[in-house]
Amino acid sequence: MPSPTAPLLEVRNLRVEFNTRRGTLVAVDDVSFDIAPGEVLGVVGESGAGKSITGTAIIGLLEPPGRIAGGEVLLAGQRIDNLPAEGMRRIRGRQIGAIFQDPLTSLNPLYTVGQQIIETIQTHLPLGAAEARTRAVDLLKEVGIPAAERRIDHYPHQFSGGMRQRVVIALALCANPKLIIADEPTTALDVSIQAQIITLLKRLCREHGTAVMLVTHDMGVIAETADRVAVMYAGRLAEIGPVQSVIHDPRHPYTRGLMGSIPAIGAEVERLPQIEGAMPRLNAIPSGCAFNPRCPQAMDRCRRERPDLIQAGATRAACWLHAAEGAAR
Amino acid sequence: MSALPEEKPIAPENLLEVRDLARTFDVSRPWLNRVLEGAPRQTLKAVDGVSFSIARGETLALVGESGCGKSTIARLICGLYAPTRGEVIFDGHDMAKVRSRADMLAFRRRFQMIFQDPYASLNPRWRVGKIIAEPLRQHGLAQTEDEMRARVASLLEDVRLSAQDAEKFPHEFSGGQRQRISIARALSSKPEFLVCDEPTSALDVSVQAQILNLMKDLQREHGLTYLFISHNLAVVSHIANRVGVMYLGRLVEIAPTRTLFTRPLHPYTQMLASAIPDITMSGKARTPVAGEVPNPLDPPSGCAFHPRCPHANERCKAERPEPLPFDGAEVACHAVHERRIPLHAI
Repeated sequence: MPSPTAPLLEVRNLRVEFNTRRGTLVAVDDVSFDIAPGEVLGVVGESGAGKSITGTAIIGLLEPPGRIAGGEVLLAGQRIDNLPAEGMRRIRGRQIGAIFQDPLTSLNPLYTVGQQIIETIQTHLPLGAAEARTRAVDLLKEVGIPAAERRIDHYPHQFSGGMRQRVVIALALCANPKLIIADEPTTALDVSIQAQIITLLKRLCREHGTAVMLVTHDMGVIAETADRVAVMYAGRLAEIGPVQSVIHDPRHPYTRGLMGSIPAIGAEVERLPQIEGAMPRLNAIPSGCAFNPRCPQAMDRCRRERPDLIQAGATRAACWLHAAEGAAR
Repeated sequence: MSALPEEKPIAPENLLEVRDLARTFDVSRPWLNRVLEGAPRQTLKAVDGVSFSIARGETLALVGESGCGKSTIARLICGLYAPTRGEVIFDGHDMAKVRSRADMLAFRRRFQMIFQDPYASLNPRWRVGKIIAEPLRQHGLAQTEDEMRARVASLLEDVRLSAQDAEKFPHEFSGGQRQRISIARALSSKPEFLVCDEPTSALDVSVQAQILNLMKDLQREHGLTYLFISHNLAVVSHIANRVGVMYLGRLVEIAPTRTLFTRPLHPYTQMLASAIPDITMSGKARTPVAGEVPNPLDPPSGCAFHPRCPHANERCKAERPEPLPFDGAEVACHAVHERRIPLHAI
């Protein structure tokens, strides 16, 4: 469905390669998607699917030997993937905020949270010391830190895990970015805290109109938060579509297997449906569709030809099963 | 060989009983700080009076958030920590009274542990065959090298790996395969009881499904009893026969799995159940979860959950509830036993 507004983020045929002694590994291969302003796009997949690398490539934090080898990333119509390091630094934080999995490593243990937030604010916004501090206190209040006036002078180790992740969210929000890339923001947290952080992220995005790219392996978090979901497998998009359709009516056999293998409370099944085998390593991606060796419905064509995303019901799936349906449209 | 420790009568169907188990840790500042700054001694009650039993062939799961003491219980049962108070009775023998090394070794053979991180729990410099053979060697369960090799091969096949994998190193395997190797190692001494501490938390969901299915198959094939520790309620609801919910070192509710999930009694259990992001309830209105787990160094008086509990009253603040039977479950909550929680909320 074409969005009435122009997309905020457009990723076009993104390809990320790692040059190693044993040859070039393709971690992200021909991935395209957009995110509309204010939209939450969930990116799911298992470890090694390339979801975090996609996020890292968009914010320009790929560590060598990783590099963008093809495609483009556009933010509000401007290309950002080819910017020099200094130009990207200005966009990062100002226009794109980042939240990472482990709140402890995202914060400098030697500075108070206030110093870190104020520094970030002053880097991006023309504010004096006192104004920046006021804004920092407001931000901490906004992310739900009690007694923010006092807590601002505390060091990261004085906060609990959930509170630290709130501080990291406050840091990401400092300059009112248009897009936040959140990489497993709740994975290190307990369920009750996780629920609080999800609620917080949802509220903040609604209020600020911030778009979010939410990278996680937790389908539950996606179901509660995202508007659309992209499912990644072996560096490619397997399926992308509205959250309800992907969860309740998945069209790619991998998505189906993935959804089936999640234990649900009250389901009372003796055995969980399982996908045999494991995701291929990057140096041994099968020809054709990367999922074909594990796929119960694999055909000859799947072993020869690599499928692109094909319209299948309400979602688009990279699967030859839908070739006829897609062509009919 | 010395005589076995004295027998403790336990119900014959129970393989393990834990009675009033407690463990405190001394977390005081160093001596010099205490002298110079007058900092007091501080103790952390990681586990504070927990009792439960596990029947033969059963899977009991313990769930709770970080710091609730569930992993400490696993370590107490395996003898990795000595209890401060209380008893662990395994097959009628009080583990604390086992004195001689030989006796302890004999018990050790009968229970094994599987850990969360399959990357950290396997020696990267050892071949898989040596890792799996180590308990065999330790317990003298294989007389010859050939016997050892045959046993390792059959264990690898038990966990659906191949006998050739014995020659490889752990780094050649994926996370799920490594957890299979951990399971093979745990099974090598032919144990009756496995303590599994978050065995699937580090794994992807599709791999988690494979490991959970494997654990269920092995339980049937080998007649194993499991204590399964997890923070994931959905996983627990799939694998366990009974579930115990822990909060700040105490067991707040223990019930058969279906009972616990269809009718959670304790307000904390209700809160946990409503907090899980669930793919089937997309877009549901959540019960807002207030607050965080309090500092375990300074737990609240009375019922430790009272500051976060919507049903707390004066009695909850003053008097610590004990786990008491309530309609097929055991629950430590004044509000439940006084029927202050309206039935429709349950």
